[in-house]
Amino acid sequence: MARPPKQIHLAAHFPGVNNTTVWSDPQAGSHIEFSSFAHFARTAERAKFDFLFLAEGLRLREQGGEIYDLDVVGRPDTFTVLTALAAVTERIGLAGTINSTFNEPYEVARQFASLDHLSAGRAAWNVVTSWDAFTGENFRRGGFLAEEDRYARAERFLRTAGELFDSWYDDEILADQQSGVFLPDPDAGRFRHHDQHFDIAGQFNVPRSPQGRPVVFQAGDSEEGREFAAATADAIFSRHGTFDAGRAFYTDVKGRLARHGRTPDELLILPAATFVLGDTDAQARELAHEVRRSQVSGQTAIKILEQVWNRDLSAHDPDGPLPAIDPDPGEHTLARGRASVRMVRDPLATAKEWRELAEAKGLSIRELVIETTGRQTFVGSPATVADAIDTFVQADASDGFILVPHLTPGGLDEFADTVVPLLQERGVFRREYEGGTLRDHLGLTRPPAAPATRTKEGPTL
Amino acid sequence: MPAAVPAPLPPLHLAVALEGTGWHPASWREPDARPRELFTAGYWADAVLEAERGLLDFVTFEDSLTLQSTRHGEPDGRTDQVRGRLDAVLTAARVAPLTRHIGLVPTVVTTHTEPFHISKAIATLDYVSTGRAGVRVQASLRADEAAHFGRRSFPVIRPDQHQDPQVQELIEETFDEAADHVEVVRRLWDSWEDDAEIRDAATGRFVDRAKLHHIDFESRHFAVRGPSVTPRPPQGQPIVTALAHATVPYRLIARSADLGYVTPHDTDRAAAIVAEIRAEQRAAGRAGEPLHLFGDLLVLLDDDPATARARRERLDARLGEPLTSDAEIFAGTPAQLADLLQERQRAGLTGFRLRPAVTGHDLRAITRGLVPELQARGAFRRAYEADTLRGLLGLTRPANRYAARTASA
Repeated sequence: MARPPKQIHLAAHFPGVNNTTVWSDPQAGSHIEFSSFAHFARTAERAKFDFLFLAEGLRLREQGGEIYDLDVVGRPDTFTVLTALAAVTERIGLAGTINSTFNEPYEVARQFASLDHLSAGRAAWNVVTSWDAFTGENFRRGGFLAEEDRYARAERFLRTAGELFDSWYDDEILADQQSGVFLPDPDAGRFRHHDQHFDIAGQFNVPRSPQGRPVVFQAGDSEEGREFAAATADAIFSRHGTFDAGRAFYTDVKGRLARHGRTPDELLILPAATFVLGDTDAQARELAHEVRRSQVSGQTAIKILEQVWNRDLSAHDPDGPLPAIDPDPGEHTLARGRASVRMVRDPLATAKEWRELAEAKGLSIRELVIETTGRQTFVGSPATVADAIDTFVQADASDGFILVPHLTPGGLDEFADTVVPLLQERGVFRREYEGGTLRDHLGLTRPPAAPATRTKEGPTL
Repeated sequence: MPAAVPAPLPPLHLAVALEGTGWHPASWREPDARPRELFTAGYWADAVLEAERGLLDFVTFEDSLTLQSTRHGEPDGRTDQVRGRLDAVLTAARVAPLTRHIGLVPTVVTTHTEPFHISKAIATLDYVSTGRAGVRVQASLRADEAAHFGRRSFPVIRPDQHQDPQVQELIEETFDEAADHVEVVRRLWDSWEDDAEIRDAATGRFVDRAKLHHIDFESRHFAVRGPSVTPRPPQGQPIVTALAHATVPYRLIARSADLGYVTPHDTDRAAAIVAEIRAEQRAAGRAGEPLHLFGDLLVLLDDDPATARARRERLDARLGEPLTSDAEIFAGTPAQLADLLQERQRAGLTGFRLRPAVTGHDLRAITRGLVPELQARGAFRRAYEADTLRGLLGLTRPANRYAARTASA
């Protein structure tokens, strides 16, 4: 018997500091004002999305020793915006990236537990790591972490935060006004954690939150990152938005779960995806071409090329051919604070590949950059896009998508109005929220309270 | 010769300090206390909306990075009082979109937090409230708080040890760190000039990077390069506040704050504290700058004095001992409290932060009893006259320190 169609999970990423955002569009609004976030969140909730997602940055990007000024620069604080959004929405999940390197577990656990309480169970944490001294220059500790230690610290950080989330039992606050007993147990929140990264003890001061723990997302794509996610995450933000790459990633990661004692439905694979809609497929393709040209100006093309070449290429004509000179193989310091730079592991090989492609197709620098970066995942009429999304999910190329519109804040509106109803008609996307919490939307169970430090045998102070 | 008529006073400013179900430890057992709702957004929204109905300047949100305790620097193991609390910055952010005029001033601990994070969080609170954010900075010498971070340790300090030279040194060091923390936060708020975002399609530039500034702050505790990731907030500089009971923290107010809370128990003491802080303010080179000094009072308000006293006795009986507080405790009528506030105002205080003994009762008594009483005396606003907290406090939007430097260069 054929299995019933998989239910698609959809989320939306507020577009931020990269060249996805077409800030020069006359309809582009503020990416800082709360009204923009409120509009975006309400649209996503109207469309019954699982959650909205905010990224984080802890240092403004630089290139050639200067602050990068061609893309959107700046963003508000993740926790503060998400919590304010809880006031203007009722159901949609509120997910934010929070770095485990330049924070401490007690503080972050407190903030996520507070967000979960204040949103009645809608918090999610995208755990990311950092190690670079460049970002560290904004923090007390500076650039203290060796690159090879970053997943180790992240893993310990997450484990420690988990112990804090679990340090209270469910519904532990009695607050019996008659008897005068507020707490039945003076050890509420008791914890003690010691490892090479964290040595902390005491009492956590936020009672267990509606979801028990926030939903945990991961974005790492390396071998270590995939394994970390398979062991600890509820969902992965993947970069693999094409069908074949998506299926390969899906199979690989879901295949890792069993050895961590988990089942495939305990970890959702959600690639980031962009989209361009038109009344017809041809119109959408035309618009997509315009969007790409807005995203990749001549200057932007040169800057992206510099990130691979690790050299100043400002004298090159973006409408001319690729530089004859090879990338500088030395330490990659030209562009800083950019995740994409670290993805180019072998600049010489990338340059060779790009040269061959440019030669075969007769592409200028700008045309080549348009061709090779920032792929548009879904381009077409609403029917075409709905069909493509459904096909991906039913074929296990993903469990859904995190959509990244190219316009702030209205870039999601058309999708909500045209594509979502088609998915609902197919019976592959919810018409109404069924539960109140993000775990409910994602089909994840609530973790049982397990205050290990509270058992009689456990450590006490 | 007729007696000198006292000069008319400017309208006074009023804030309310929100803490759990109220500042009396037995408050949670009162019928209108709602202790089981303390961890829901609705509880806090109701309190702040009530304060806004009373046209108050702002509310503060108490916080700490430990479980509440009656002991200094260690947990007390008590189960008969409110324990547990939500993050104050996030509670303020949750309430911001539901309110329009009232200032929102959460507490942050400077001792264990990163000024980079605090700066963007408070700037963002200013964005989500469209210009109503402040912060109350709190230095912490609690041993149990330090153990939650594991990066340094403090000894458990008893109140009678405060004059020990080693303890004094630790206090000074911790408050110096707090002053540095505030300095970093303030520089980061200014690290973007107001018009840094240019969206210049012609040149393809989103920002004018000449208007973004590294702050390059270095001290014993911090090295922060900047600029902030968050643009300069609507107020330019949200309001920085601090509570102080002694000379070292008075100095923090004098050097670093826009508003200080003090706890005199009589009018002479109020005048003495005001004089001491004003002298420190001059010594810090800030003589010309506005600096509000608010008196803190813990209040029980009822329509007649006997009822207020009886309520205090009932609460104390529940507690098992008389309530004590760093602030003066007032139990009486709104009119009596108005008399006292006006008398203290003549000693140089510019406003008051009231700590309701029982939020469910005394907050309403403030907004519906005290406020009309003060209004009838011409001593308090009848409508919000500004949309920002700075505006309510009569403070102008400060120039950007880096822009000024550029302009004069």
